[in-house]
Amino acid sequence: MNRLDGIRGGTPGQDHNARSIAALAANPACDRRAILDAAAIDKPLLMKRLRFDDRWGQSPFAIQRNQQFTDLVKANGAAHLLRLLRELLDLPIEEAGYVNLEDVGGHEGHLARHGHTRRVIKQTAEGLGRATILDRPLLRLDVAGAQVYLEPDVIAFQLGGMFHIVAIKSFAILDDQADTPKVSAAAREAAVYVHALRDVVGRDLVSHDVILVCPKDFTNAPTATTVDVRHQLVTLARQLSRLTRIDALLDRLPEGFSLDLETLSSGEIEAAVAAIPARYAPQCLSACELSHLCRKEAHLNEQVDALGRIVRDDLGGIESVTTALRVATPGEPVADDQAEIAERLRHVARIYDEAVA
Amino acid sequence: MSLLHSYVKVRARERGRALPRATVRHIHLAEAPMVFVPLRLAGEAAAPLAAMVGTDPLHPTLLVVPQPRNRDLRFQFLADLGAVLLPYIDRISRQVETVEAKTPFDRCLDAPQIVVPSAGGVEFTAKLGRSSRFRRTTGPYAVEPAVPMLGRWLTFLAEQSEFAGSSLMVAMTDLLTAHWVTGQSAPEDGDLAALLGWIDPPDGMTGPEAAALADDPLTPPAGPDTHPEFDRQELQKAIEHYDVTGSTDQVEQALHGQLRPTWDRMWQAIGLLAALKESPGATARWERDRVHVAMHRAWIDGGGLPQGKRDSAVAAAKRLARLEAAQQSFEATRAFDDPLVMAEYRADGVAFAGEVVAVDLTRRIVPPGGKREVPRPLVTIETSDPVRLGRGKKVRSPSRPRQSATITAISEKIITVQIDDGMGRGAQPAEGSVPGVGTVICYTELDPGESRRAPLPPREETPWTHGGPPPEYVPTDDDAMEPWS
Repeated sequence: MNRLDGIRGGTPGQDHNARSIAALAANPACDRRAILDAAAIDKPLLMKRLRFDDRWGQSPFAIQRNQQFTDLVKANGAAHLLRLLRELLDLPIEEAGYVNLEDVGGHEGHLARHGHTRRVIKQTAEGLGRATILDRPLLRLDVAGAQVYLEPDVIAFQLGGMFHIVAIKSFAILDDQADTPKVSAAAREAAVYVHALRDVVGRDLVSHDVILVCPKDFTNAPTATTVDVRHQLVTLARQLSRLTRIDALLDRLPEGFSLDLETLSSGEIEAAVAAIPARYAPQCLSACELSHLCRKEAHLNEQVDALGRIVRDDLGGIESVTTALRVATPGEPVADDQAEIAERLRHVARIYDEAVA
Repeated sequence: MSLLHSYVKVRARERGRALPRATVRHIHLAEAPMVFVPLRLAGEAAAPLAAMVGTDPLHPTLLVVPQPRNRDLRFQFLADLGAVLLPYIDRISRQVETVEAKTPFDRCLDAPQIVVPSAGGVEFTAKLGRSSRFRRTTGPYAVEPAVPMLGRWLTFLAEQSEFAGSSLMVAMTDLLTAHWVTGQSAPEDGDLAALLGWIDPPDGMTGPEAAALADDPLTPPAGPDTHPEFDRQELQKAIEHYDVTGSTDQVEQALHGQLRPTWDRMWQAIGLLAALKESPGATARWERDRVHVAMHRAWIDGGGLPQGKRDSAVAAAKRLARLEAAQQSFEATRAFDDPLVMAEYRADGVAFAGEVVAVDLTRRIVPPGGKREVPRPLVTIETSDPVRLGRGKKVRSPSRPRQSATITAISEKIITVQIDDGMGRGAQPAEGSVPGVGTVICYTELDPGESRRAPLPPREETPWTHGGPPPEYVPTDDDAMEPWS
């Protein structure tokens, strides 16, 4: 049992998915998330144990809708998908093999499933020039020195040795336009899969154009577009490389550090989480299950970061609310490197008071 | 955003209560605003689930779709919504006056005003409009006449809301953040309950304490998305109950519980805004809103077609130009109307204020391109603001908005401006037309006047670079019968 499994203890681990990798990579300086994710801690369960409201679950209606749409696209050996690919890539695909990589004949373990995925993908790549749809491949990614498996909710499509990632999403493309934040999120997730698939078959064999399949207008009818994720790939690679090596983070934790959600009391869990430094910013609220906990902590420490990136940048280096207000008060002593911002803050404090009065 | 705004945020955090960002109200508040709190079914593009709507805080109308996946029930919901909104819009928009001008034009005496909780509410309203405005009232898939009419008005209102300073359809969280600064971050300000907690906490509570209640499972979100836990625990069962028994009681009860707290907060917020005095700019913008409503009314009454799915090239360019002009004029007018807004510009160095320390009334020059000498007095101002404007910059003052001036010299704390116009026709500047020594005055590069823009070609002369003249848009049967599942 390695150290990470030891931290998690007896509680079942949580698989990574593209969304969690994207969220982790978006805040590379956060040790807390890095360790919890590497140890596969069930973050929603952790928050529940600490009595935070869980707003992370998906509505059953959304899940049902998503499932319905995915089933429709994949029905009959992914007939719909094949038609869309034909139109989109302008390829004369007559038929395609369909392989569900979830079937591994009883071997349920991640390693076995991933091995199976690798074998099939390699075979397909050397393939006979036949188009193949690979459903639910279990991919693996090196994150800060830890091997993590990606929960497969994606399809890889291979033709002529070239792979495309296909992402099926249930948000609508209305009059040829989709919600920008949803498309960006989908692109970030797809980039994670492209990155992981490139690990298996090599860089040049996976296209940076991912295929996004969504319902058209207000209907259930699927429509497809390509999304270029080159930018997301570069960002992802840079952020993954910036993540501190997980070994280095673990070395900073006390011997016998545990976050076993089944055996520890809520007080002990709270103390254990507090022992790992976090880097909270308001963006976490939409990306991380722990955000409410970290926000509370940041406000207790009067961190300026918690008020948003703009405030933090404007205050140029001042980290706490109290310090900011102190240097804004005339007559208070000011450190040399804060002289400039102090002068500006005193000015705005004065004109604000004048204008309010 | 400015350093001033960031500083006030920090101060609000420490004080535990929101601080003012404006001294006057920069939007018009209608006598009877129509509050509209819509909810949609999770996972769907535009499936309405429920709405609380009305002009009477004590007696809201609750509309629900007991089985949101049933298409007929969705259109019934839209027809019911139309029965509330359309009489309100019709009553107000049919009272029109003719304004005497070079080309006389019509203007409504008043205009409808729809207030939704957040920007998400506006977006959802636009989608409801899109899904209903092309529907036919005869033939297959016929709907009630109110449905397409409602769709056209909702589309119109949602489009108008993109214009800065328009008060026809407004998101409450946007209004509140324009008038108060809280000690929480911008994404958190998007939550009506948390925002209002900072601005107007219940007695005995601080802002952060009240805002924390917004995260409580018992506080329903302001929509249009519902809490997943509510969907799981209550809504799903209530809908099943309807499927089995045909009774809407449980669904209504569950959704009433989700909507009523937001409804009450909306009126609490309206009360807070009403307590502020309306700015002159807001009144002027409302006049323009009333002209737009009259134009749309006339378009509909004259048999005009519903808004197309997409703008043509020329229409899009025109729209963009109008959006930009509205934005620029709104920003400038807001600053001219409100010293607290102007303070944000002063903090950023594009405006400055100070006392006049010297005036040269006798200065006369021959302006570039001119023949005669004309008075161009110089006014010297001492300021402690960190000015970033350069020599030659055209500036205006809120206390003399019709007079323009040019910066001629600038040094640490001392700025000299040349007054360019508004001094009468005499050889000397008219009495009082130039600020005197000792006056405290503010100058800025902002200009509330709408700048002239290059004219755009009519649609039939759309250049080939933009696809040439587009075909006239006519809604087709396909549009009307578009499936909605």
